[in-house]
Amino acid sequence: MSAAPAWRRSVRRWAPHPVLLVMAGLAVLIALLPLGYLLLRAGEAGADRIAAELLTARVGRLAARSLALAAVVTVACSVLGVATAFLVTRTDLPARRVFAVLAALPLAVPTYIAAFAWMSSVDGFAGFWASALVLILCCYPYTFLPVAATLQRADPAQEDVARSLGHDPWRTFRSVTLPQLRPAIAGGALLVALYVLSDFGAVALLRTDTFTRAVFTAFELGFDRTGALVLSTVLVVLTTVLLAGESLTRRRGARYAAVGSGARRPPVPARLGRWRRPAALLLAGVSALALGVPALNLTRRLIAGVSRPGSAGEIAEAAANSLTVSAAGAALTMLLALPIGLLAARAPGPPARGIERLSYLTHALPGVVIGLSLVFFGVHVAYPLYQTRWLLTLAYAALFLPLAVAAVSAATAHAPPVLDDVARSLGRSPLSAFATVTVPLITPGIAAGAALVFLTCMKELPATLLLRPTGMDTLATELWTHTSVAAYAAAAPYAALLVALSAIPAWFLAARSGALGHEGDR
Amino acid sequence: MRQFRARSVVAVALCAAVLTGAAACGGDASEPNNQKILLYSGRNEALVKPLFEKFTEKTGIELEVRYGTTAQMAAQLAEEGDRTPAEVFLSQDAGGLGAVNKKGVLATLPAEVLSKVPEAYRAKDGNWVGVTARSRVLVYNPGLVKAEELPRSVFDLTAPRWKGKVAIAPTNGSFQAFVTGVRVQHGEEKAKEYFAALKANDVQIRENNIAIVEEVDAGKVPVGLVNHYYLGEIARERGTSPDKLNARLHFFAAGDSGAMVNVSGIGVLRRSADDPDVRRLLDYLLGSEAQTWFAANTYEYPLVGGAPAPAYVPPLADLKVPPIDLNDLETLEASIELIKSTGLTP
Repeated sequence: MSAAPAWRRSVRRWAPHPVLLVMAGLAVLIALLPLGYLLLRAGEAGADRIAAELLTARVGRLAARSLALAAVVTVACSVLGVATAFLVTRTDLPARRVFAVLAALPLAVPTYIAAFAWMSSVDGFAGFWASALVLILCCYPYTFLPVAATLQRADPAQEDVARSLGHDPWRTFRSVTLPQLRPAIAGGALLVALYVLSDFGAVALLRTDTFTRAVFTAFELGFDRTGALVLSTVLVVLTTVLLAGESLTRRRGARYAAVGSGARRPPVPARLGRWRRPAALLLAGVSALALGVPALNLTRRLIAGVSRPGSAGEIAEAAANSLTVSAAGAALTMLLALPIGLLAARAPGPPARGIERLSYLTHALPGVVIGLSLVFFGVHVAYPLYQTRWLLTLAYAALFLPLAVAAVSAATAHAPPVLDDVARSLGRSPLSAFATVTVPLITPGIAAGAALVFLTCMKELPATLLLRPTGMDTLATELWTHTSVAAYAAAAPYAALLVALSAIPAWFLAARSGALGHEGDR
Repeated sequence: MRQFRARSVVAVALCAAVLTGAAACGGDASEPNNQKILLYSGRNEALVKPLFEKFTEKTGIELEVRYGTTAQMAAQLAEEGDRTPAEVFLSQDAGGLGAVNKKGVLATLPAEVLSKVPEAYRAKDGNWVGVTARSRVLVYNPGLVKAEELPRSVFDLTAPRWKGKVAIAPTNGSFQAFVTGVRVQHGEEKAKEYFAALKANDVQIRENNIAIVEEVDAGKVPVGLVNHYYLGEIARERGTSPDKLNARLHFFAAGDSGAMVNVSGIGVLRRSADDPDVRRLLDYLLGSEAQTWFAANTYEYPLVGGAPAPAYVPPLADLKVPPIDLNDLETLEASIELIKSTGLTP
């Protein structure tokens, strides 16, 4: 008797609002532009060429190495991210607010800067494990931030119950806390893995032959565009594998969140006792490796070199360009992500799920491929936009949509539809209920997503080089210009400014994670 | 309170988006004789921008320059096809010009322009011309290798005594040109054999030439195959002259493949073939002011008669260049297959 209504209810929930569905569909089309371009160009190459490029032992080797690197970095980032998040949100760690900001800051360090700093500081620093180390240090905020936010919001009552039933703290963590963290860890881990697949900066400098390096090399080697694009299709296949893997972990996770965000006792910080100092030292050590090594190296290069950057005016202009295109990129990306995220949270079901997953599909493609696909789109479809900031902004949206979608989904998950229903039952119109109840609840999460996208846009190089308006320099392009002629002292101020300006949104993200809040706790 | 802050971040981002759009409109540089040229540069901004500024100062012609790597620019030009806004392509090497020329987008240059440069350093079909030359050299650290032990031929580097001591940058355009050079001069079989032997001799792979010269200078690697001008670039960054560095340059014996010379060069997109502004740029770059400037500032060889070579290298005329045709560098596929098959690149 109860089966039929349940079935009907789930259909009603799956059937999303048509306007929302159309908007989400349009948004995901933008993320899929590069895929269309890849298929077009790969199709032109012909079956023989595709087979010759892909069916080789080399492709298998590269794919295996890329996946191995992604696996190592993802596992390490998950462990490091969860440990750091737990220490800064749930313990009496000294200076935990400082550590929370420090743990978000590596997001501001581009992998090419970190890799360069490491290789010029440590003799013979190269290869698989060197790349893994640099990528771990640059990427662990992707897991730290969502996990810290979840830990901060989760109701500690469940843990109290576990403790009262005789579980020791470790067992409580494993059996009660960790399952609640699973979606946050899986989401962060997915972003880390996709990032590692697409990274070129670290693997190129540290000489690790991954798939993305092979794609870039194909461009460099005899300007072999077709070969490079055919190779890139494999990255889409690898992404599909990762997405499937992440979906598996999600299906096993259930909903744990308490309804609403109020009426919850702040967690009592666990006492670290004699582990307080070693734990603080450990976090300080990680930050020293992730932030200190690049900072020291920049300073050393600045002192040693005699080249100087352009005038203060030029630096300011590059900084202003970086800020405006990144802000525009973040705004457009969030705008496109909103319908997808809302759909996923409000009408969870196969259509919403499909659209959300599709937005991740091209996330592992290297920036140069996304850049070229937008060049194609600009030249053939949107010529008036070609080499304007508009198309560059669109490229950022195509590149970073998943970061925004993840943030919006997470934010809307904390604004259960039932709250909307209550408002409407009290006489509000659907729009008014959404605006006054849901929007205030999800805005902070959306702002956090925007900050994350903004940061990532600031660092982006290959697509920016292809799509920027002629004559427009950003901090990232200036950095590239100077480092490629060994003018490190000239490059240093751009690098420093890039990191310093990115530190502001990184600080905001740390604040959002909740690790900075609750002054009254202690 | 926090929600308020969050909302203002979103608002600021949206405002920025609108402002960005408003600022995005610009003029079209590609009309002929409008005192403007749109140039795609595969050469680095830090290297050539000062020269472009001199040109604008002298002629009043404004240069809008799009900077990138030569490979990226070539890919972008190929993707843009006939709709490219570019008028001129300045390339880091002959291979990049050849690749773009193959797409049929370059115009034939006037005979007066072509004739300024020796025949060896321009396109057979007259669609591009060299601007400066760079020689392949062996950079070495005298603390690790004595001058009298240096190899006469690049082929000697496969000997056991060089095992693990030679650095190369196989993804670099100049290295690929070198591979083509070996193929053209000695045939496929010997080329394949040679690069396989190099790989088997534990050759050290680096991402680019700068990394090689720095490591040789620091004594981390004894020798490396690079272009001659990197020593000058690094010396300049350290505020010194090339002869004060530890690293030294060694030129291979006459006619050896290791001594080949490549060019940076320029091509004009078809639609701007008759643009007088573009013609003035070509004449300027191949004139004595620019040629002298290149030798003094980028440490390259001038190609047009009269301008002196950089101080720390022998003059171009004294180099015993192997008989390798730069026009053959556009047939890179076979070289790339060779590089890949020997496992020198991913």
